[in-house]
Amino acid sequence: MVEEEFSEGTSFIHGLDPRIKIVVTLLFSVVVAVSCNFSALTTALFLSIFLVASARLSISHVGKRLLLANGLIVFLWVFLPLTYNGETLLVLGPLSLSREGVIYALRITLKCNTIVLAMMATLSTTPVFNLGHAMRELYVPGKIVHLFLFTYRYIHVIFQEYMRLTNAMKVRGFVPRSDMHTYRSYAYLVGMLLVRSYDRAERIHRAMLLRGFNGRYYSLNRFSVGRGDILYLSGMLIAILGLVWMQWVLTI
Amino acid sequence: MHISEGVLSAPVLVAGAAVAVAGISVGLRRMDTDNIPKVAVLSSAFFVASLIHVPLGPASVHLILNGISGILLGWLSFPSIFIALTLQAILFQFGGITTLGVNTVVMALPAVICFYLFRVYVRRDNGFLFYASAFSCGALSVFLSCILVAAALISTEKSFMTVAKLIVVAHLPIMVIEGIMTLFCLLFLKKVRPELLEYVNGTNPQ
Repeated sequence: MVEEEFSEGTSFIHGLDPRIKIVVTLLFSVVVAVSCNFSALTTALFLSIFLVASARLSISHVGKRLLLANGLIVFLWVFLPLTYNGETLLVLGPLSLSREGVIYALRITLKCNTIVLAMMATLSTTPVFNLGHAMRELYVPGKIVHLFLFTYRYIHVIFQEYMRLTNAMKVRGFVPRSDMHTYRSYAYLVGMLLVRSYDRAERIHRAMLLRGFNGRYYSLNRFSVGRGDILYLSGMLIAILGLVWMQWVLTI
Repeated sequence: MHISEGVLSAPVLVAGAAVAVAGISVGLRRMDTDNIPKVAVLSSAFFVASLIHVPLGPASVHLILNGISGILLGWLSFPSIFIALTLQAILFQFGGITTLGVNTVVMALPAVICFYLFRVYVRRDNGFLFYASAFSCGALSVFLSCILVAAALISTEKSFMTVAKLIVVAHLPIMVIEGIMTLFCLLFLKKVRPELLEYVNGTNPQ
């Protein structure tokens, strides 16, 4: 459920310095999100596909993720062409499809998939703990980083707790339906989850104090910028500049 | 409730990020280092709870629970929800990086508003006022989130009007479910562990 299925691998991308990955992905996503030129967006999409390919991720997993990420996009494809004001492209009985609506929907689809693919190729190929430490080195406030690392750590534990509680419900013959009993049972399940998590938090906190926790995390991994990182960083920066050029200088 | 990548315009994204940063910094100021494990574990509990799918007629909806998050965490909902969304973006690619600010505001601002509106009443003895405010807390937080999503879409592009209205209408049944769930959940917490409603949120410390 909360597996980091992409984070294990031996590709070039997996071995990059997480700090560089974060900065480059952030920059790339922002540029893509504010672009509207189709040649820039198509180029960016190919770049993302290239990144996913060089990270050698499983195609079926990538496809599944993409499908999930496109939920709102499908919704927009259904409604935007019908409701967007603009030149009529096609008339189907009482409905008329607007040209601008189709173009707009296409643009959103390109942007969304480009950014999601880039994230899969770069951020999801980094173990979350390394991302946390990289954030720390990139001057993200310490409290946020702690919260990030802790929350991630306990999602697994609490997910197991949740499975135990649902199993207990199933064993007692609980079948979810659309009735008050179901809603109440689920509400109590959430309540129990909060109570148990809270108790666990108390124990964790005491155990940490006992072991001399002073508000600092130490990581055994030392990040180092190698030749591959420089290559990746400069390659991506050139690509991003290229996109900016296509979007803002080349616009016709 | 997520707005996908690539939908919103640059000014909306920037405004969302700015409000999110402001909210998160208020939250962080109210959270001392000792509170981090509690906030983190509650954040992960909300993360897991939002994976629960509740049946609703022939379909099922997943829980949002930002109302209860507001009551338990107050302003700390901002950092907590921000972290949950970041993790969702990294682990499942729900939402994304550039929309992180907007999506944080969409979920956390209603949580904080509900915290101020209902924090007194949901701690009262079980009477009409408690039931009414606990239900409204769940329902209103979802409603406000929808309104914020709609506002973000409409400020991006006027033609999103119909889509925005549809999103609000589609969430009406979810508001009722969230209201009911929030009511029962708060009832349960008051019975089982009333101190959970007391002091995590940073406004009335231990």
